Amino acid sequence: MNLKNVGIVGVGHSTFGNRYDVRIDELAWEAASEALKDAGLEAKDLDFLVVGCAGGWSAESLPAVICSEYCGTLPKGSMRVEAACATSSAAATVAYNLVASGYANLALIIGVEKMYESPGPVQIELIGRAGNYFWEFENFGMTFPGYYALHATGYMWKHGMKEEDLAEIAVKNHHYACMNPKAQFRKEISVDTVMGSRYIAWPLKLFDCCPLTDGSAALILANEDIAKKTSETPVWISSIGASTGTGNLSRRDMFSKLEYSGLESAVEAARQAYKRAGIDYQDAAQQFDVACVHDCFTVAELMAYEDLGFCRRGEAVNLVREKQTYNGGLIPINIDGGLKAKGHPIGATGCSMIYSLTKQLRQEYGKLAGKEAQATINKGRALAHNIGGTGHYAYVTILDLEKPHY
Amino acid sequence: MSDLAEAAKERIQKEGLPLVAESKTNLPLYVSIRELPLRFQFGTSKIQKFFEGLKDGKIYMTRCNKCGEGFFPPQADCPKCIDTDVKWIPLSGEGELLTCTMIFVKPSTFMHYDNYVVGIAQMKEGVRVLAWLRIADPAEIKPKMKIKLQTTIRKPEGILTYEFVPI
Repeated sequence: MNLKNVGIVGVGHSTFGNRYDVRIDELAWEAASEALKDAGLEAKDLDFLVVGCAGGWSAESLPAVICSEYCGTLPKGSMRVEAACATSSAAATVAYNLVASGYANLALIIGVEKMYESPGPVQIELIGRAGNYFWEFENFGMTFPGYYALHATGYMWKHGMKEEDLAEIAVKNHHYACMNPKAQFRKEISVDTVMGSRYIAWPLKLFDCCPLTDGSAALILANEDIAKKTSETPVWISSIGASTGTGNLSRRDMFSKLEYSGLESAVEAARQAYKRAGIDYQDAAQQFDVACVHDCFTVAELMAYEDLGFCRRGEAVNLVREKQTYNGGLIPINIDGGLKAKGHPIGATGCSMIYSLTKQLRQEYGKLAGKEAQATINKGRALAHNIGGTGHYAYVTILDLEKPHY
Repeated sequence: MSDLAEAAKERIQKEGLPLVAESKTNLPLYVSIRELPLRFQFGTSKIQKFFEGLKDGKIYMTRCNKCGEGFFPPQADCPKCIDTDVKWIPLSGEGELLTCTMIFVKPSTFMHYDNYVVGIAQMKEGVRVLAWLRIADPAEIKPKMKIKLQTTIRKPEGILTYEFVPI
């Protein structure tokens, strides 16, 4: 492929949580306006807007249009992209290709979700339908925690993980969310807090689960010429891997394999991304200063460690027990609080990860969240692992301070 | 009707607007007066045999006659061979449990059921199936336990479906 280099020149992020105070377009603008200021640009400079919004629970059927109008990008082209919880990584993939191909010089991505426009039980029902509707939901009433619980049980049965191991992940992510002023839950918890919470879908308990969240995050992508002029420290998108898993969980071969408990799609997305960036799968943990992985449930973070090649199969619990994914460990993971405690506005999460990692690579994250949350940057490289549904979609995005050479 | 909708109705009578203070944050919410009930319908022509089978107490899978790929849920198209030449095979029901969960927090349309156990089992024929596991004491669930897949009538709706039972 003969693609142009694409740099991130502006990032923005709303406060996550119950955002009963704003409509979806107002919420989108919070992130978009911050990204524009960060880049020193105006809305009229942009060539295209890609909106990531999973929707279904919110009133607006055409969020890309509503957001274009409010954010002042009319009459430029726009679209809405959906890939479940990986929605805005997919939106970023579209925008990346618009810029890399030369179709657009500057593209804005807004990931936005307004989940609290519907009552909680309706949100739970809609997310539960995010699999194979007839064969999993109609008669069996699967829920999103239920899907990941099937993985958690499979993992426990194969590798002897304990519920306490999962609790350690929640403790870590809450710890870092306390420092993130944009996070939904800013409260330390202990293993006892998790273990004492009620079951949602056995073996997952309330504190193993991410919350329902309203929020937005935005990125501005530019081609190389503009990126160099606009930004002193453009963060380059050096590689994106994408993969799709079966809709129906029962069709995943992994459940029949003894040695394997992760998401096949995540492994495939990681392999694609590493190949393009020239990274050895076995050595992946050594290649990044910091990573954001998709911890919609504690077990999902554990599976991500193995799917990304940060450790061998069955050994993720050791990384957890040895606190190797705290800042200063082998590889700091979700030190912005993760989905678990920062919150998980479905369509905004991918952009939120890339927001955190861009700030980390620019060494600006400490200004936002305090020194303890700023990773040491010496490799100049970061990774975002964003999963849609239960491995239905997988996107792995690699960010680099050094300009890629293909 | 939800509490919010109820409160909105009261506010309309009082001041002509469905403006309600949200219970936790006290922020003003405009509660839409338009409710949209959704009930989907989908075609079954290509897999009608599956539903006919349920009436006879059978659970069918399909297998491509060309490449031998087995399908559950059953489907009449083999994407690899780009062909519709599939065999309909009733499952023996013999299998072992690969994983399971118990759903405590249920979707809004499942609230009327007791907490239920959902499992995935490896069937003798090579395919895997997801279904409820009927078990009196979930503590008795063991990895790889032998189960039988059978048709059942789901109450209170009286609908024909299928479930696992321990052997």
